[in-house]
Amino acid sequence: MPARVITVTSGKGGVGKTTTTANVGVALALLGKRVACMDADIGLRNLDVVLGLENRILYDVVDVIEGRCRLRQALIKDKRLSELYLLPASQKRDKSAVKPDDLIQLCNELRPEFDFVLIDSAAGIEEGFKTAVAPADEVIIVTNPEVSAVRDADRVVGLIEAAEKGPARLIVNRLKPGLVQRGDMLDTSDVLDILAIDLIGIVPEDESVLISTNRGNPAALEEKSEAGKSFRNIARRLTGEDVPFESFKNQGGLFGRLSRMLRRDGRAA
Amino acid sequence: MNRIKSFFQRSGQPSSREAAKQRLQLVLVHDRNQIEPGMLELIKDEIIAVISKHLDVDRNSVQVNFTESERESKLVADIPLSSKRQTRK
Repeated sequence: MPARVITVTSGKGGVGKTTTTANVGVALALLGKRVACMDADIGLRNLDVVLGLENRILYDVVDVIEGRCRLRQALIKDKRLSELYLLPASQKRDKSAVKPDDLIQLCNELRPEFDFVLIDSAAGIEEGFKTAVAPADEVIIVTNPEVSAVRDADRVVGLIEAAEKGPARLIVNRLKPGLVQRGDMLDTSDVLDILAIDLIGIVPEDESVLISTNRGNPAALEEKSEAGKSFRNIARRLTGEDVPFESFKNQGGLFGRLSRMLRRDGRAA
Repeated sequence: MNRIKSFFQRSGQPSSREAAKQRLQLVLVHDRNQIEPGMLELIKDEIIAVISKHLDVDRNSVQVNFTESERESKLVADIPLSSKRQTRK
């Protein structure tokens, strides 16, 4: 079966698109899927550092499009997972170097070789976003439970529908269960009420994401990381498995704090 | 449980979570329908003008608002009539 091309986008920047793309890519590869992660944020290359593959780049997506190398030469093989590849963005060029048709053609070349092609979109709703969405079979929207991120996500939901790429599915990222329980953060159910699209995952705020990204080892590789577990669940849902959504009920209380503390110590040791 | 929660909330204010949800719902109705500021007032005035040709409208109580469910928007107008006794002749 040819690959499913899935674009990860958000409207607002900084909500965790790149982290999500990297971690879901890793988690799909852990399931034995052949995965290509493509960085479509031309000029602001980041997927390489989040995946820890920044030292291996020879060519980038613009080199492929402009014929300076073959697609195969630009694909970087992951150092941990044999089925995971990265197609990096160009850091020197800007969004205008890649047109929607270029990405459609590139994805058509990738489809026979992979099970999943994940595209990390640029933030915003302009050129970079439109280009990243053009080849998509499916779209995942990442948001945070905050007014600005949800408002922007709503705009993107509408644009995805208008582009006939919908319905997009939603990841609520960086949820703080303790704050929700205190009545000081939108819960996943609130965000779903507002956006009225299907959920594909809930990822709790988790220091292990920052720490593992510092080292270039996505949290999805860490058995004990809460966020890593959520990313692995998202991958399983993408493959069609029926995985119940996490409720994170105890996280905010004393028990949650204690267990998080213990987990931290365990990792440091 | 909710009662216990509201007991701990500061001075009967809705929680910031509730506030966020309500504010988002309102702002998104405007975003989704590309409503310019002042447009609702204009619509309200024009509705009153049309209805008043036929009925006695209680102008100060007329309300025109958007409501939203499942990404479908509705314009809802509440137009009370003046409570003058109608005497038949």
